[in-house]
Amino acid sequence: MIAEEKYIFKPETKRNIFILGVVGVLLFALGVFLAMRSEGHKEEGHEKHASTEITKQLTASVTPVAEGEHEGGHEAKAEHHEGGSPVWLKRIFTSLWQNNIFFTGIGIIGLFFIAVQYAAQAGWSAPIKRIPLAIGHWIPIAGVLTIVLWFVIKGDVFHWTHSYLYAADGDKALKGKSGFFFWPLAAGSFPLFFIVRMVVFFGLWYLFFTWIKKEMLAEDIDGGVQHWFTARKFSAIFLVIFAVSSSVSAWDWVMSIDTHWFSTMFGWYVFASWWVTGLAVITLIVVNLKDAGYLKEFNANHLHDLGKFVFAFSIFWTYIWFSQFLLIYYANIPEETVYFISRLKNSPYSWIFYANLILNFVLPFLLLMTRDAKRHLSMLKVVCPIIVIGHWFDFYNMITPGVMKHDGGVGFLEIGLALIFAAVFLYVVLNALSKIQLVAKNHPFMEESLHHHI
Amino acid sequence: MESNKNFVVGVFDDEDVLLSAVEGTREKGIKIHEVYSPFPVHGLDEALGYKRSRLPIAAFMFGLTGTSLALLMQIWMLGFDWPMIIGGKNHASLPPFIPVTFEMTVLLAAHGMVLTFLIVSNLKPYKWPRQFDLRSTDDKHVMAVDLATNKLSKEEISRILKDNGASEVNEKNF
Repeated sequence: MIAEEKYIFKPETKRNIFILGVVGVLLFALGVFLAMRSEGHKEEGHEKHASTEITKQLTASVTPVAEGEHEGGHEAKAEHHEGGSPVWLKRIFTSLWQNNIFFTGIGIIGLFFIAVQYAAQAGWSAPIKRIPLAIGHWIPIAGVLTIVLWFVIKGDVFHWTHSYLYAADGDKALKGKSGFFFWPLAAGSFPLFFIVRMVVFFGLWYLFFTWIKKEMLAEDIDGGVQHWFTARKFSAIFLVIFAVSSSVSAWDWVMSIDTHWFSTMFGWYVFASWWVTGLAVITLIVVNLKDAGYLKEFNANHLHDLGKFVFAFSIFWTYIWFSQFLLIYYANIPEETVYFISRLKNSPYSWIFYANLILNFVLPFLLLMTRDAKRHLSMLKVVCPIIVIGHWFDFYNMITPGVMKHDGGVGFLEIGLALIFAAVFLYVVLNALSKIQLVAKNHPFMEESLHHHI
Repeated sequence: MESNKNFVVGVFDDEDVLLSAVEGTREKGIKIHEVYSPFPVHGLDEALGYKRSRLPIAAFMFGLTGTSLALLMQIWMLGFDWPMIIGGKNHASLPPFIPVTFEMTVLLAAHGMVLTFLIVSNLKPYKWPRQFDLRSTDDKHVMAVDLATNKLSKEEISRILKDNGASEVNEKNF
């Protein structure tokens, strides 16, 4: 039917990814150095209690103005109790966790995309389904990273892990929520329920990933429609599981950082952010492969569909963002508004708050609106990176303000870590892609897809 | 409208024959007035050499009008004409205006687009569409060639249509 096609992971590509990683490491090292230096100044200032004018000035220059510091009595007490790691280390932990959650999302969206295609019995996507499959290879790595990282960073990033909160004079609100984390163990001990959820989610995701992958690859050899039907069955079950697990993992891994705050939109919000980022990454890889001469069956009609996906879910994300924002803004309940106040009123986060909307809504909306824009590689090459970067900032603003309070920032440290993650992620994905057939050989919908016309 | 218009009407049984006939007739330099088919035929627009409709641009403009009107209306009403304090917010604060703005954008874009489409397609209420052959609503594809816009004679056009696979060729006067 169609010629066998395989992606060749060229040494030049490997070298470029390696350079990306090295640049990331260098930036990260520089960022850590700078963060440690400013940290030193700050501690000096605290200790000497502003004995000299110079120290005062130094402190003023590096310590952001503390406004809206008192978010509640327990919060202040907690800060006094915690102490925790120095600011620079906290910053590394936060950034690690943010990048980890961001890339976990892209990985799992690879599988989710395939599952949606099977469940919808979509024909158009037949030539590109191997790209999300390759992206799904990040899932096991993300699983190990998430679980290991969590134990390293929990004390600094997750406020609720501290056992003193659950003492007799502890935090009343958290005591009410403790079952969600610690059940069946005592509140403040080991968060068994939380960890079990984490392990089970990654386990299930990986299990369904291997099952669906097995069917997809077996189809190349055996042909027929049986593998397609089996894969569809797995996909349908996975979608039900993912509906629950994506929401709960959003509460667990992101929302529980702002421990006292909650939003019923949050599961959807994180999913929407993951989904549109995943679509942008899939499109970006497809576009670059097409540019490099691969994917001969892939034409402007398929690209149009991918473009519509990216365009539509940028708007979907905005819709979810706005649904969450408007209700909290209008109701004006202090427990809820604190989330947006801490992001809008603090200097490092407020510009990201607005940039988030411009990068993830205004630009994709206007740039991808016309039919021609969705049908040309060049426009998607511009818009997809904007969306990926925009949603990296989206996750930054979900995670960092809750941990770093006034000490956060976007500097070499954060950018360096993001580049390291991106390099490793790209290496894993492209390596996986080079090991499988780039285009499915006996896909029952391939013929339909070749005649796809919109 | 104008009366005494003469058309040569080719009737085709099969959409593949129709598609190649459209290309064949256009190659001979004949301007096709319109093709009517009982169902959408893929590739017919390209074969007829139609340019893409500019309706999306109209829709965007209507949408933009809706956005502006909605914002103007709300800012004027709640900010100037009758300022009210709602939930302790500023008189003219943007977030609560967004849902209305969105709805107005959709309303004007949708209605404007439908109305524009009806007008440019000559589907006005007082206007009766011309039926070249009633079977184009059942099982035949119908190609109409306007004699007024073509230099070739009636007979020559009929012959070309027949050569390109028309099952019958009729004349129609309006």
